[in-house]
Amino acid sequence: MDLLWTEDDERFRTELRAWIDQALPKLPPATKREDWDARRARDTTWQRMLYDAGYAGINWPADFGGRGAALSEQLVFYEEITKAGAPDVGVNFVGLLHAGPTIIAEATDEQRARHLPAILKGEEVWCQGFSEPSAGSDLASLRCRAVRDGDDYVISGQKIWTSFAQVSDYCELLVRTDPDAPKHKGITWLILPMDAPGVDVRPLRTVIGSSEFSELYLDDVRVPVANRVGAENDGWRVAMVTFSFERGTSLVSEMVEARRQLDELVKVAKVVTRGSATAWDDVGLRREIGHAAAELDALWNMVKRTVSEAARTGVPGVGASVVKLYYTELIQRIGDLALRVLDRASLSLDDVFEHSGHFVEERLRVLALTIAAGSSQIQRNIIGERILGLPR
Amino acid sequence: MDFTLTDDQVALQEGVRKLCEGRFPMERVRALADAGGVDRDLWRELADAGVFSLRLAEADGGAGLGTAEGALVFEELGRALVPGPLVWTHLAAGLVPGAAEGERVVGGLQRQEEPFLVEYPDAIDVLLAVDDDGVWEVDRSRLSARPVSWPLDPLTPAHVAGGLLRGERRGVPGDAARWRLEGAVLTGAYLLGMAAALTDMSVTYAKERQQFDKPIGSFQAIKHILADMFVRTEVARAAVYAAAVNLDEPALGPPGRAVAGAKLLAGEAATLNGKAATQVHGGMGFTWEVDVHLYLKRAWVLDTTFGTADDHADAVAGLLGS
Repeated sequence: MDLLWTEDDERFRTELRAWIDQALPKLPPATKREDWDARRARDTTWQRMLYDAGYAGINWPADFGGRGAALSEQLVFYEEITKAGAPDVGVNFVGLLHAGPTIIAEATDEQRARHLPAILKGEEVWCQGFSEPSAGSDLASLRCRAVRDGDDYVISGQKIWTSFAQVSDYCELLVRTDPDAPKHKGITWLILPMDAPGVDVRPLRTVIGSSEFSELYLDDVRVPVANRVGAENDGWRVAMVTFSFERGTSLVSEMVEARRQLDELVKVAKVVTRGSATAWDDVGLRREIGHAAAELDALWNMVKRTVSEAARTGVPGVGASVVKLYYTELIQRIGDLALRVLDRASLSLDDVFEHSGHFVEERLRVLALTIAAGSSQIQRNIIGERILGLPR
Repeated sequence: MDFTLTDDQVALQEGVRKLCEGRFPMERVRALADAGGVDRDLWRELADAGVFSLRLAEADGGAGLGTAEGALVFEELGRALVPGPLVWTHLAAGLVPGAAEGERVVGGLQRQEEPFLVEYPDAIDVLLAVDDDGVWEVDRSRLSARPVSWPLDPLTPAHVAGGLLRGERRGVPGDAARWRLEGAVLTGAYLLGMAAALTDMSVTYAKERQQFDKPIGSFQAIKHILADMFVRTEVARAAVYAAAVNLDEPALGPPGRAVAGAKLLAGEAATLNGKAATQVHGGMGFTWEVDVHLYLKRAWVLDTTFGTADDHADAVAGLLGS
């Protein structure tokens, strides 16, 4: 067991940090949450800058235009990007972490050539059309119907929780192609162009008051058969490839940010006054913050363990579900602590003092984390059945 | 960075596990309650296997290994619930003659613990006290001691003692500071092994025990308890191994925060898993016959040594934002 970064990792860190220092000031400042065109412009501009500097697709194989970085370099990448306050993947989330890796694993050479470079350069934004109003945790029961008509599929149905749909060019879409087969055996994975006639995007207002997600209504939408990834009715297996990516790398930058936020919370607690003392003088509150910090430290080490195991064996270990489950519940407890530190300042999403509004917004945002990408209950089923071998 | 076990570490882990399975089956562990917690022959076998000496230099009769290896060994001892003052004797190896060889059984306590509960009073040859000024060999003739007739953990017999805790100096303040860190990590590793054993025995039981014509492990109400036990153990494992590595590698920075987190999370994993295992075993979990209570009681005992959960949470908080 060795936790020291290698010289290669440290050299990579130094180069990356130098690049970020000169690149970040060139990026336009962050925009309003609800200005979606501006958010797309900023996120894709940053993606293009990463691409030109050779950092795009940090986890993608070099054969497909990615950096092909060692897993340890990926951790360094997420650490430095987050520490510097550079944008995370933003609207490129689905393209870089879901659709892209699926296309790499399962698509034809033609499909790869068409989409992978465009995703890496920030020219194509993707969204995900998996969940439906009646197919959430039981995703395989999805009903959105695709009927073959010559060289096209004709698609009708409804999708929900489609992130960034209002600014997306393509959607990774799961459809039902064989309604008579067992539910896992009649699903197909398609590439849906979002400008196809019959696609209707209706933004959904979340508890934060903003519209990260949309509902997607599909009414006799025609998609060429050439847009199918994998075989007809093999879409469930294709989709599972995406899930392993989603649970694997996507929480890493979030976790680095959480450690930074916790340090920030300590600073706030040391200045917020309660009568003649500060919040930090409250022994009970301080003890709980110390406890949460220990848990975050342990989870970060767990990520290192998972990454090391994957590098050694070639397959991700059992860590992904464990980290997902534990982290998402922990970050909600940390959010509770933040509200307790803020006390009455927590009534406002505007800053009452420096950054106070951000903590309140975060408390709302992380409510979604124990639900999205496999709820905590689904994760416990996975751990119980696939790792511990308990009967269904 | 490669946070996986080396081949040598895996071999060490397997070797100690085999030794424990062969020499410390549960019926023998239980029988040690009548022998003051320690059997001299078994103790010497542990010594021969390097349990006490493994971190001593080879020139001093040790194996020259690090805290990481120590943690792996203590994890296995915890999995098997091997009783006795293992951590204290291990720490004393090299400072107290005979400790490394298993010739003398060394017990100990932190000076601030009052009233003094002396563990394994009939088994130990030497009692050490650790305080800020160093490590002291206590002159036990100057202690008043009253046997505990009913110890919480039947495998941790104790005396309630009073009197002077200092005697001959065995270590300088630096030794005491190092012992607190190493003792916390090794105790954490022992608790980690216990947490894993509790998960294993509960999973096995949930697959066998039938109610409503099904194994109870098929019910989500039980399945999710077991999943949480596993998760808690794995998070504690990451913390304990990282703290051990941090103690071995000065370039990783001061180890205080990692060590405090490790003892905190391992102690919680063992106590929470002990309570969860009792629940999963149902009425049988409340019997003397099922082993779960022996683990839970030891977890509570060890949660009071080398810093409580609260002490360690406070310690981490004290290092935040600095």
